[in-house]
This record gives sequence, structure tokens and C-alpha cells, in this order.
Amino acid sequence: MDLLATALPALGEALTLVLQPQQFLFLVTGVLLGLSIGVLPGLGGIAGLSLVLPFMFGMEPVSGLALMVGLIAVIPTSDTFSSVLLGIPGSTASQATVLDGFPLARKGEAARALAAAFASSLFGGLLGATILTFFIFFARPLILAFGLPEMLMITILGLSMVAILAGRVPLKGLVAAGLGLMVGTIGAAGAGGSLRMASYDFPYLVDGLQLVIIGLGIYAIPEIVSLLRQDRAISRDGGLGKGWLDGVRDWWRNKWLSVKCSAIGVIVGVIPGLGGSVVDWIAYGFTVQTARDKSKFGSGDIRGVIGPESSNNAKEGGGLVPTLIFGIPGSGSMAVFLGGLALLGYDPGPHMVRNNLDITYTIVWSLALANVVGAGLCILLSTPIAKLTTIRFTLLAPFLFMIIAFAAFQSSQQLEDLAALVAIGLLGIFLRRFDYSRPAFLIGFVLSHQAESFANMANQIASSRFRRSFEAGIEYIASPLSLALLALTVISVVVGIRQAKHILGNDNAPTGAKRGPMVFLLLITAYLSVAWIDALTISRMGDKIFPVTVGAITLICCLLLLLKMMRAPEGHAVFADLETGGEDAEAPHGLWSTLGWFVGLLIASSLVGFILGLAAFLLAFFRVRAGLGWGRVLLFSALGVAFMCFLAWTLGRDFPPGLLQAFYPKMPWPLT
Amino acid sequence: MTDILQAVRGAALGAVAGVAAMAMGTTAIAGGHGGVDFAGKTVEFVIPFSESGGSARWANFFAPLLSEHLPGNPTVVVRYRPGAGSTAGANWFQEQTTDDGTLIFGTSGSTQFPYLLGDPRVRYEYKDWRPVLASGTGGVVYLPGDLGADYDGDMDAFTDVDFLYGSQGATTLDLVPLLAFKLLGLTVDPVFGIEGRGDGRLMFERGEANIDYQTSSAYLRSVVPMVESGMAVPVFSYGALNDAGEIVRDPTFPDMPSFKEVCEATAACSTEGTAWEAYKAFFIAGFAAQKMVYLPGTASDDVVATYTKALQDIIARPDFAELAAAELGVYPQLTGNGAISASDQATTVSDESKAYVLDWLKSDYGVTME
Repeated sequence: MDLLATALPALGEALTLVLQPQQFLFLVTGVLLGLSIGVLPGLGGIAGLSLVLPFMFGMEPVSGLALMVGLIAVIPTSDTFSSVLLGIPGSTASQATVLDGFPLARKGEAARALAAAFASSLFGGLLGATILTFFIFFARPLILAFGLPEMLMITILGLSMVAILAGRVPLKGLVAAGLGLMVGTIGAAGAGGSLRMASYDFPYLVDGLQLVIIGLGIYAIPEIVSLLRQDRAISRDGGLGKGWLDGVRDWWRNKWLSVKCSAIGVIVGVIPGLGGSVVDWIAYGFTVQTARDKSKFGSGDIRGVIGPESSNNAKEGGGLVPTLIFGIPGSGSMAVFLGGLALLGYDPGPHMVRNNLDITYTIVWSLALANVVGAGLCILLSTPIAKLTTIRFTLLAPFLFMIIAFAAFQSSQQLEDLAALVAIGLLGIFLRRFDYSRPAFLIGFVLSHQAESFANMANQIASSRFRRSFEAGIEYIASPLSLALLALTVISVVVGIRQAKHILGNDNAPTGAKRGPMVFLLLITAYLSVAWIDALTISRMGDKIFPVTVGAITLICCLLLLLKMMRAPEGHAVFADLETGGEDAEAPHGLWSTLGWFVGLLIASSLVGFILGLAAFLLAFFRVRAGLGWGRVLLFSALGVAFMCFLAWTLGRDFPPGLLQAFYPKMPWPLT
Repeated sequence: MTDILQAVRGAALGAVAGVAAMAMGTTAIAGGHGGVDFAGKTVEFVIPFSESGGSARWANFFAPLLSEHLPGNPTVVVRYRPGAGSTAGANWFQEQTTDDGTLIFGTSGSTQFPYLLGDPRVRYEYKDWRPVLASGTGGVVYLPGDLGADYDGDMDAFTDVDFLYGSQGATTLDLVPLLAFKLLGLTVDPVFGIEGRGDGRLMFERGEANIDYQTSSAYLRSVVPMVESGMAVPVFSYGALNDAGEIVRDPTFPDMPSFKEVCEATAACSTEGTAWEAYKAFFIAGFAAQKMVYLPGTASDDVVATYTKALQDIIARPDFAELAAAELGVYPQLTGNGAISASDQATTVSDESKAYVLDWLKSDYGVTME
């Protein structure tokens, strides 16, 4: 037992280091920082890490490590708050949590959902660390076994989750996913730099749309607008039915599901290049496919929360492996973490396992400890924070608009960020209204880039092998691992299609006249046609083939759907339109006037800068829309502006400037 | 809700303050000199990249040192303005008129290359700015063990081999190795689309690519173990520039031939002519003077002198070599006139060389600059 002989002493040393009071204090500091940033939708690990990065240089290494690890560990835990309470995925790690978490919050069971999520997170983090402790010795051959064909197959496995999330009309799910893939190709191609649906005359789109903007636009804006129209609390009956103890009990009843999903999290997290963006979808798909009673998924099944949340914290641990032993970051926040490690004097690489095993274990178990502290804190906070769902949403909405506008602006610090947010938000509103699967769109977008580059690169290497000999080529693309993944994908699609009807069930989504759904579909078709023709004009084959192929397939789906619409009678599920019945139709406020408020904030920002625009927006909103007395109007507005200034100041971020700032460039902060 | 958020926030603020106080404690030794005093001010060190790249590391390495050595010990914060392959941030810097030294800008080879190649997104002009620091780096090209066994100081034995190379794109820093491969007469198929050099190394380790390069620090860290186990064989380092502007052996790898030596030994390769000149120009912009710090063109001579002095003090620190070894490698950190001439060399390329490279990018990779 050579392994144990090396592992155990290092493990002991690491645990002593981790549990020293000073390190523990730094760890808790990191957890608190991470918690307060992660709780805000759209801000995550990168924002948090860049906050502490300036202090890394010259810090005592183990303390610095504890600070950073504490921060990283708690982000996938704390972003669950906005996923469950507001229906806004806090970061990529919590996308799938929204599907069942938010319906639970609307039923008045937010505290229960949160507690179940945090219990799963805690367990996932701990199990992840335990697996890692031993797995780290075998990780290298496993990582090297994942060549480009295998990574492509995992990406396709992720895409196959669309089958299960497609909703009642599978064709609509396909159209949504295809549209997501096509929106993901906007900008300069990764390989040759050819422009797709972009132009150097309008540089904003050359970099493509950022995930933050897509996530906020597709989820946050439609949900906020929809809730705001009803002018009441998120919890439909205004109460908080069950407390956090029930959530923990729910987790205990599903502990084996939690074990399996944590294992999925570690394994997928370990593979560099996937960035963990598929983990929660794969875990969600797995949860649904293995459940016996699937009827409640999508409308508030607690298992739909436990599965993805168990996997996403385990994934953070898995993501450490390539970061530490190859020096290759598994995600954006891991890349910053790597930079921080270098500033502390650590030098990640293969020797981290051989010579610095104690440091490696310190990192792994700091992560576990931070998970315990963070998730424990979150469980205790879940009941009070869940009270958010019981207060009048109109008082919450302006603050949310403020935060998502600020978060979106961080992606490239141009006013176009805000315009893009509104445009994507509009798309999100219509996808929701006409019952297209928004998760399918998001999966398509998230995986678009890697699907394209893995496909192109695998193809190029495979052709070079085939030139050498047929056997060499086949051996490369049809490795046992790829074949196994292929089989898994086929099973997932078959099971998914069979079950899709029951999931995301807007069982009796109201249907109305043919015109609205038809016009929206025609608009999608028009965009896709333009994008497809645009792709055809690209001269470089490698930059062209993916959008042309995906565009063609999606267009065929659109045409089939159009055909179906022409044949189907009114009242058929393809004509789902939330404006024709149910909550949305009965809402006291209109869609456009509500969205208008948000657009108003943006227009005001573009004229007088963000802070002045925000002040005007808050004052007007609280007075006119919420109908508050002047005392509270002033108090809430001042709180909002002060909070924004504090956030920007601590994070060292700028605000969007407006026309006013162009004329008077020497304005004092925060008016700049 | 507000209560809780406030409480969490209060704790966070306390924590930030605590950490800040600790950091201050370690860096509170003043070093006042020069006519400019930064006491109580905040210097923004803007880089046109995201938080996750090599430039972020480099900037975060220098920021606290600058804070310590600039008179009045200003707070130095690193700001990130990523976008359009760093041209967005550089275009932004071009419009800045801060003249009191509270704004500095860090560029990299990725900012230099689009400028040299005439990328249509470039609206900045290096000649307008005032350089105060130029940091160089190096890189090593290596082969798999089985191929490397045939290597004897020239590349003549490899003209029939089909090479695959994981590349970030033909107009990135990979332009330098790709051009080197072309000069050597090798048949190299670049597999475009990887995210960083680490991914290229992984492709090499998986056997998907059979030629690769890493910058010096990554080579020492991750490739040397492979070399020791026989999985990889180093071929050449790019080399370094001597005072006469010639390519010589890299001081980090004195036992390894430079690219120039290998080129001279290889029949297909010539160290004269347009191709060589083009290679050299892009090598300097991409490696020999890879990362530079600029003040806006409006900065006064006093401010420039203050920065030069502070940077010289940093480099003269007895512990600088040790601090820099992991982050920057043992490469020259040029200040004063050295920085100015390095900046000139890194941002000047003859029309002939430029035309040669553009032509090659188009014919071999279908990449154009329109």
C-alpha cells in the first residue's frame, strides 16, 4: 500500500494546516466574501477573485490559499439563492437548479428548496473532496484518455439533454436549441477569425455575446417582468409553507441520488476544456431519467434541485485537478485562481502531486471545509432569505434591474452590453410566452463554441490519421471511450424523447389564435435564414461548416414546425401563448409598460450615466409604479444608489457613462 | 432581506478592510523621490485582457511593487478591459488624456501583432504613447520522444513528416512558431481553436499533436519532466536579443541551440532575406519585448522620470531576481531608453515584411485582415 503510505502523512499535514485558527479565519473571510458576491445574480467567481487578487502578492501562502479557496468554494452554493428565489441562474453552475427550484419558490416552499439545495451542495462538496483525495493519483491517465473525439462526445451528450428539456412539442425544443447554437456562433470564428453575423464597423458583436448577458436576458428579464406585472409576492400565497428542516429531510431521503450526482460532478469536472458548463444539465438529465415518477419535474420536484446541486459543488473539486496537475484552468475562475497561486509562489504542474502533495491536499480539503462553512451558513440563512419571496415583488424589482444592468455591463464595459441585454431579454420574453424551451436555448448557446471547435479539431486530426492508415483513423475516432459515450448519448436521447412530455410540463399552457405564435416563428426563421446565408458567404471552410450545417438543420425544423402549424387546429399545443390565459393574461399590468421601465433605466443611463440615471429610475419607479409615500421613495432610492456605489467601489468597477459624461469628462466619481 | 444583506455586506466590508490593512502593513515602507508625489492617489494599471491570462499575472506582479516604490505609495489597482483580442482596450487607452501618472497601460504581443498587421479594428498608435517598461520572455519548441531521437541539430530529417500543431490562431503569438516552421521547411498543419498554450501541451501529451512550444516558465514547469522521462525532446529556443540586436542563445537555456543556429544548420532555412527579416520583426514584437507598460502621450517628462526611477528601483531590489524567476523568467526588464528602443523595435515592421506575412497568412491559412 504504497499509495496510502504517501497519501496519509500528507493528508494529516494538510488537515493540520487547514484547521489552524489563522487559516480558518481567512477561509471564513473568503466564504463571506464569496457569499456576498455570489448571492447577486450575474456576478460570480471571477468578480470575487479579482477582488482579492491584489492582496495575494506577499501574503502568507497558506492564508492566501485559504482566502481564495473559501471564495471559490462558496460561489456555486450561494448562487443557488437567485436560481431558486428569483428564477435567475446565478452562474452556469446553477442553470438546471432553476427548472424545479423556482416553481417550488412560487409554491411557497422556497426555504425547503434552498435547504435541500444547500444540504446537497454540502454533501457534494465533501464527497467530491473524498473522491479527489485518492483519485488525484489516477487522474492523469484519465485526463489523457480524453482526446478531442471524446470531448466532442461529452459535448454532444450535454446537447442531448435538449431531448429531455424540449417541452411538449419536441420540434420547438429543437428550434430553440438550434437558435441557441446559432446565436453562439455570432462573432469572429475561433479558428480563422472569419466574421459571422458581425462586422468590424460595429465592433461589439465581433467578440460574440457573453454568457452573462444571455443568461440574464433569457431568464432574468422574462421572470422579473412577469412577476412585476402581477404586483404581488413571488410565493403565490404569500406564505412560506415548509421550513429548512424539511429540505434537509428531503435531501436525506434522496441521499443515493446525491451520491451519484456528486460522482458525475467530479468526473466531468476533471476533464479540462468542458468548463463544467454541462455538469448540471447532465446531472439533471440523469436525475429525471432514473426517477420512477417523473410527473412533477419542471413544476417543482425537489429531486430536480438535489441532483444538479450535488454535482455542481463536487465539480469545483474536480476542476481543481487539471488546474493543479496540468496547470490548465478548467474554467474562467480557475484561470484566475491559477494566477493567484503563481502570485503566492506556487507553481502548479505535474509535481504538485508528486512533491507538493501536502499543498494539493490543503487545497482540496480547504475546499471541503469551505463547503461545510458556506453551505452550513446558507442553510441557516435560507429561512430568513426565503422571506424575500413573501414581500411585494414591486419593491424588489427595481433593485434587481439595477443589479443585472450592472452585472451585464461588466462583460465588456460598453453601453452596448445594456442594449444587448434588452434585445436578448426580448427574445427571452417571447420564448417564454410561446412556450419554447429556454433551457434548450441556453444549452445550445453554452455548448456552441466547444461543439464547433472540438468538431473541427477532431476532424482535422482524424483526417491526418486516416491519411496515414485507415486503422489509425478508426482507432482515433472510435476509441472504447467514445463508443461508450455515444451509447450513453443514444440512451439519453431515446429515454429523453419518451419522457419529454412530462417534463417542463406547462401541462395546460393556454393556447390562442394562430397569429402570434406564427409571426414569432417566422421571425426566428427569418433570422436563421439571414445567418445561414451570411455563413455561406464565408470563404474559410473551417469557419463556415458549423454554422452552415447547424443553420440548415434548424431551418428544416422551422419549416416542419410551420407546416405543423398550418395543419394543426387552433388550440393545439404548438400555439401555446401565455398571454391568452392564466397568470400573465390576468396580470394587472401590461407587458410593454413593464418592460418599458427597464428600457427607461437604460435610456436614462445612456443620457446622464448610470448613477444619475439609476437615481431617477428608482425615484420614479417607487413613486409612480409602486405608489409609495415620499419618505420611503427617498429612503429606498438612496439605499439602492448607495449599495451600487459600494459594490462598484469594492470591486473596482466602472459605471456605464452617458452622453453627459462625453461632454463633461471630468465628473467626480461615481458620476463618471 | 435588506437587514441580512447589510449584515453580510458589513462582514464582507470588514473582511476587505482587514485584508487591505494587512497588505498595507507589509508594504508601508515609503520611497519618496522625484518631483511627482502620488500620496493618497490611486493609480489604475489597465490591461486590455481578462482576469485569467498571463498579462493579468504580470500586471498583478508589478502592481504591489509599483505601489511600494512610487513616491507617496499610491494604491495601484489592476483594471481589466478585455475585448476584440485586446484591441478594444488599446483603442480606449488611445483616447485617454490622464497626464498626472494615475493611469498606465500594459500591452502584450497580442496587442502588438494586430497593430503590425494592420488589423481593421486597430485605432491606436503606439508612437503616441510613452513606454516605461519592456519585459521580454522566451519559448522552447519540442518534439515527441520517438521523433526527437532523429534530431541532430538540424531539421533536415523531418521534411517528410506530417506535423500537427495545436494553435490558438495564426494571428496570435503562434504566428512566430508557425513562421519558424515555415522557414525550416517543415510541413505543419496547425489545428486552430485551442484556448491557451496549456491546451496545446495537453494535445501533445495525448499524442494528437506532434510538435509544440511553451513559454519558458511553462516549459520549465511542465515539459522538463516529460523531457526527463524521454517523452519529449527540446529542439530549439527562440533565443534572445543581444545589444547589437542579434538573436543569440536564451540565457534561461544556455545549452539549447537558438532558432537561428538551427536555421543556419538546416538546408531549407536561410537567415537572410525577406522571410528571415519578417520572422525577426515578429519575434521581437511577440517575445523579446512582449509586455510593455505605457503612459498616455500627454504624460509629462516628470511623470515618466518618476515611473522610470520606480521601475529601476524595483528591478534593483536584491530579491527581485527571486521574485521574478517564477513569474517572468530571467529576461531583461528594460526601462528608460532601453524601454523606448524596445518599444520602437517591437512596433515597427518594414512594408516588405508585413506584405510577406499577410501574403503567407492568406495563402497558407486563408486568414485575411479585412
